[in-house]
Amino acid sequence: MKIDTKLVQTAGCPGDPHRAVSTPIYQTATFEQEGALEFSQYDYSRSGNPTRTVLEKQLAELEHGNRAFAFASGLAALTAVTRLLEPGDEILVVDDVYGGTCRLFSKILKRSQISVRYVQGSTAADFARELSLKTRLIHIETPTNPLLKVVDIPGLARLAHDNAALLCVDNTMLSPYLQNPLELGADIVVHSATKFLCGHSDVIAGAVIVRDEKLAEDLYLIQNGEGAGLGPFDSYLLLRGIKTLGVRLERQQANAAEVAGFLSGHPLVSKVYYPSLLDKKSFAIHVRQARGNGAVVSFETGSLDLSRQVVESLKLFPITVSFGGLQSSVSLPGRMSHASVPEHVAAQRRLPVDLIRLSIGIEDAEDLIADLAQALEAVEGVAELRASAG
Amino acid sequence: MSSTEDKRGLSTRTIHGTLLPDSATGAILTPIYQSTTYVQEAVGVHKGFTYSRAANPTVSALEDVLTSLEGAPTLCFSTGMAAITTLFLSLLKQGDHAIVSDVVYGGTVRLFRQVLEGVGIRASFVDTSDVRKVASAIEPRTRLIFIETPANPTLKLTDIAAVSAVAQEAGILLAVDNTFLTAALQPIFELGADISVLSTTKYIEGHNATVGGSLATRDETLLERFRLVRKTIGCIQSPLESWLTQRGLKTLTMRLERHSQNAAAIASWLEKHPAVARVSYPGLRSFPQYELASRQHAAHGGMLSFEVTGGTPAALELMKSVKLCALAENLGAAETLITHPASMTHADIPPETRVSLGIPDGLIRLSVGLEDPPDIIADLEQALRKAETVSEKEESAACVAIA
Repeated sequence: MKIDTKLVQTAGCPGDPHRAVSTPIYQTATFEQEGALEFSQYDYSRSGNPTRTVLEKQLAELEHGNRAFAFASGLAALTAVTRLLEPGDEILVVDDVYGGTCRLFSKILKRSQISVRYVQGSTAADFARELSLKTRLIHIETPTNPLLKVVDIPGLARLAHDNAALLCVDNTMLSPYLQNPLELGADIVVHSATKFLCGHSDVIAGAVIVRDEKLAEDLYLIQNGEGAGLGPFDSYLLLRGIKTLGVRLERQQANAAEVAGFLSGHPLVSKVYYPSLLDKKSFAIHVRQARGNGAVVSFETGSLDLSRQVVESLKLFPITVSFGGLQSSVSLPGRMSHASVPEHVAAQRRLPVDLIRLSIGIEDAEDLIADLAQALEAVEGVAELRASAG
Repeated sequence: MSSTEDKRGLSTRTIHGTLLPDSATGAILTPIYQSTTYVQEAVGVHKGFTYSRAANPTVSALEDVLTSLEGAPTLCFSTGMAAITTLFLSLLKQGDHAIVSDVVYGGTVRLFRQVLEGVGIRASFVDTSDVRKVASAIEPRTRLIFIETPANPTLKLTDIAAVSAVAQEAGILLAVDNTFLTAALQPIFELGADISVLSTTKYIEGHNATVGGSLATRDETLLERFRLVRKTIGCIQSPLESWLTQRGLKTLTMRLERHSQNAAAIASWLEKHPAVARVSYPGLRSFPQYELASRQHAAHGGMLSFEVTGGTPAALELMKSVKLCALAENLGAAETLITHPASMTHADIPPETRVSLGIPDGLIRLSVGLEDPPDIIADLEQALRKAETVSEKEESAACVAIA
């Protein structure tokens, strides 16, 4: 079955006597048991809930995994993955990673004596240089957020497996519609399902998907034991959002390509970040592992002041953190989503202060470009004024 | 178990109805079936659900529990007005006539004056607290008597058993809007009513979180008629609202007990306040129909009204000064809500008519919530003090003018 078909073919809720076409929302804390010693499939919604089961089956199916686990947020999902580690273990992380991930790894895992090293680069060779005997987990995003760097998934999978480590890929940026890391050798896929999977900016959710049964058992123990599983109503909304993932993303990335093209030709824009604009070597890696470029575009103007003015002059792009929704949005990652990156990491990864990140929605591309044009023009006027006054 | 033979206590009925755990999973609560349609095993072979405008498993669960509360099969609607509209459209055709309480929710008046009269369905608005006036308003084409008791906002009562006797003799159906007390405090079917009407938005759901309505009747033919009209005009309640309503309903008996205690305490306190001219609460000995109230109600609920001495200026000053009591038009929720009918809910009625209906300009309606009574009283106390200064100023201004 092709992915567009899978997206709308949600499995029925197990045993639903009414065979409702839309998954019932089991908003219940507990379940009556067959007898004192005969237990049913469900007993308590922290441990399992039928609505969440349908969602988890769908997520496993879409990511080509065997088991999926839905969590209360993307960071709850990632936290569950880090619970697979023990004190003394080490994580290698691609340096350009979401700020919340940095905060979790650098500030919280430190308390469990789990160390973290940030790696610049995109190939197995780059990561091999930083690898140590303690490395148990390699965690990457590809393309990264917000600089859209590409990391070689099959190469890193081989490196991890040769060194008894696991490869975890945060697939939030492309979603299973455009990239399936488990097919490329990754052991674990995590998602902030809040983004493209949900797509309507109305749910906070995360997911972990694996193939290995032992990993799945451990993750289930963690999900049930720590209690960060996703609630039934959010599970339902997420299932509902997933049905249109394909049509949304097709439109969003077509719009994003046009926006990236427009920005590349604009005199006030000093640099544009989008997978199709990568250097040849990186783009070749990307093309081997992904089926599209996604809908996030970043760019620089040369100064924080100019970038701030551009962002504030936009009318169709609300200034928000998060991305992947139907409506376009804009942010200054250095001051917003990545403000939680510890200073020494920020210095190392060299996140440009003037970087503007656009999440492109399903609006008419012409309107989006017209809005960007007017915002850049307004600022250009200011720049000219300053030049003549100076 | 038939709904009329249910001998269980009220709380048991409102918590359980006759619902069983979900057959597929044992889930203790009915799932929210947010689904339009249902897969049929073969053409026309289904489990009673085909399309959610006609029926939905989550709505049916709420209806089951309300049926146990009402002692009569119940159907749920998107709003209280949708339930009332279905009632009138089911029973009245062109040229037919209804008798309606004169002190009634403004939306019911609007439905007749602006919608039903246009298609030839008429109503007489009658003081139903006087059963003789009801009898003399009956016309050859009168098909329905629709009463609201206690009435909104005066709390005037209608004797259900007495009106029922008149209706039965004339072969007319009696519908009672029981929104203020519900079947928990006023078992209208035992008093002879044929149809129960509820805005479930109020005490049934009780949390200011949903809008909804219901119709209940023991007459199966009538129930089928309501079902057909609901399906045809498309005003069934939504699954999520039904689920939330059922959730609120579980605490109905406890809430009504507390609402009633709080309202009684506040009514007694208001009665002694010098800035208050009159208090209407069916539980007060001074209430003109105290004897009927004691006979007809198990307790008297959370609604009361009172009149401040300084008229509209004092009433408006009071409304402006309250802090805990929220200025809002709903009623029946956990939060205490305060309304000035003359300028809010009943502003469309001419002042002379308002006064004749018992709604003077100084009248305030209070939906007493579940807060601690001393806090509600302290809030009213400070607001009444400010209202008094306004009426004093008015008086001294009047004296100056005379001088």
